[in-house]
Amino acid sequence: MRRVLPLLLPLLAALAACEDQSMRVQNRYEVYGKAPLFPDHAEARRPPEGTVAVGALARETALREPPPVDAALLERGRQRYDAICTPCHGYTGHGDGMVVQRGFPAPPSYHEDRLRAAPAAYFVDVITRGYGVMYVYANRVEPRDRWAIAAYIRALQLSQGARVAEAPDLAEKLP
Amino acid sequence: MVQIFHPGADTVARVILASIGAAPVLAVGLAYTLWRSPYATAQDVTREQPVPFSHEHHVGGLGIDCRYCHTSVEKAAFAGIPPTETCMSCHSQEWTNAPMLAPVRQSLAEGRPLIWNRVHNLPAYVYFNHAVHVAKGLGCSTCHGPVQTMKLMRQSAPLTMGWCLDCHRDPAPNLRPHEAVFDMTWKPPADQAVIGARFMEERSIKSPERLSECSICHR
Ligand code: HEC
Ligand code: HEC
Ligand code: HEC
Ligand code: HEC
Ligand code: HEC
Ligand code: HEC
Repeated sequence: MRRVLPLLLPLLAALAACEDQSMRVQNRYEVYGKAPLFPDHAEARRPPEGTVAVGALARETALREPPPVDAALLERGRQRYDAICTPCHGYTGHGDGMVVQRGFPAPPSYHEDRLRAAPAAYFVDVITRGYGVMYVYANRVEPRDRWAIAAYIRALQLSQGARVAEAPDLAEKLP
Repeated sequence: MVQIFHPGADTVARVILASIGAAPVLAVGLAYTLWRSPYATAQDVTREQPVPFSHEHHVGGLGIDCRYCHTSVEKAAFAGIPPTETCMSCHSQEWTNAPMLAPVRQSLAEGRPLIWNRVHNLPAYVYFNHAVHVAKGLGCSTCHGPVQTMKLMRQSAPLTMGWCLDCHRDPAPNLRPHEAVFDMTWKPPADQAVIGARFMEERSIKSPERLSECSICHR
């Protein structure tokens, strides 16, 4: 034992001096991580000039051609509208969302005549390009979802101007 | 003759012998506790950030949906961290002169991203994917805790392998209706046992055996 010990000690010391061997950190870039390889040190790369993204054509078509309106599309529209548009436009579309109550410039109500008369494509266009102080939302709302939101805004507009006679079975339920 | 051993010596000897035996056991116990303690798993530690972004303020106070900022959480492995433009969609008009937000304005002006410090960080040998968990009806608050009350983000789950497996072996108690995934105050209803079992069936969730296989998370 006495003779082995001096041999073992440097070995132990060498092991202790080793780097972390747990492989918790591996030699690859994390999503959105730092990347010294590139001049801007960011892992997220921009597509080179002149390239066309996979599915670009399909997205363009989806933007041009409105999908058929059904219950599923309206439901999808409600979900997206509630998540992305309500902070400013409010749940009913009167332009009184929470952020507006904290001082953000108030958007117009969807229930004014001008926007009631606007075609669905107009709402899709506002989402795609932004409008005045409203930013572009194209990076957060897929083309199909833009049509879904437009359809849901139509439903909101109907709901605020509806007459009792137009809603089936409603008249009987009212006192 | 002077007595070398006084009457209590036997007991002392036994105690010493016993503690020699117990020491390694206790040491292992201590190491094990430490290893899984919040200290070692970085649980509940807040990180310094370039801007003191408050989920309490934006989620709890203003009621902004997670998807406004974490856009890819339903579609991708990575939940997404908002680019500067997302902050500016409000802060171009809101709190425009606050010194607290100077780094955000500078980031936009220079076209350079804000560098947020990661709060949750699994080891590189673990594969995690948000899309599958969200699609099968697991809510953010099950794994991230009461985000709407956090002034600074912290990790509220241990994120150990045991924690993942506890759920993978029996996900039913955590399965929610799809519309409740982003509800930060969701509590299981009284009949969760029945509902959970139904969701397991409807969403064709894999068996506990399959979900505990090493290659699910280490691929
Ligand atoms: C950060 C706040 C904010 C969010 C979020 C927001 N908007 Fe707006 N929106 C505005 C403001 C402010 C205006 C008015 C802009 C102006 O007149 O300069 C506006 C205007 C509009 C208009 C009317 C344009 C016109 O002709 O008057 C439409 C339509 C619209 N937004 C749709 C949407 C939709 C759909 C969403 C969700 C995808 C959305 N907005 C999200 C703030 C917002
Ligand atoms: C207004 C934008 C915004 C909204 C809304 C928002 N977040 Fe965040 N979130 C951020 C930013 C910015 C960070 C990075 C800074 C930090 O860690 O605090 C972040 C970080 C996080 C992290 C930690 C990421 C890490 O580094 O590990 C989690 C978890 C998280 N958010 C969950 C949520 C949940 C759940 C919701 C919805 C209830 C939500 N967020 C809503 C902007 C937002
Ligand atoms: C949907 C609108 C909206 C978005 C998006 C948004 N904020 Fe805010 N933020 C606000 C409002 C409104 C206030 C002021 C709240 C008040 O007056 O009570 C605020 C306040 C703040 C404050 C100071 C108040 C505090 O103590 O929290 C900081 C810092 C801040 N935001 C950072 C950010 C960052 C960073 C982002 C981007 C990740 C962001 N915000 C995105 C609406 C927004
Ligand atoms: C099954 C548990 C679980 C659920 C449910 C969950 N997360 Fe996470 N989240 C994690 C883990 C684990 C990480 C760390 C991932 C890593 O380090 O690779 C994480 C990381 C994050 C991050 C940092 C970015 C990233 O992807 O690494 C954000 C932001 C986030 N989660 C937001 C959310 C939101 C919003 C929801 C609700 C839709 C949600 N999470 C639901 C477990 C979960
Ligand atoms: C609260 C419950 C819960 C927690 C916590 C959880 N998971 Fe899951 N996980 C699930 C469910 C449910 C599924 C869906 C299984 C299915 O589709 O059959 C899943 C699926 C997965 C999948 C995809 C499996 C496949 O190939 O289909 C991976 C990978 C995964 N989880 C990793 C993790 C990791 C890593 C952790 C810990 C950091 C974790 N999960 C924590 C419930 C959970
Ligand atoms: C549900 C996901 C999941 C499954 C299934 C899983 N692991 Fe893990 N494993 C993890 C996570 C998360 C960690 C990281 C824990 C940490 O950082 O503390 C981990 C860590 C480990 C480690 C490193 C431990 C350490 O402390 O360094 C080993 C070894 C390991 N796993 C082996 C296995 C084996 C073998 C299996 C199959 C029997 C398995 N794992 C199945 C999620 C999983």
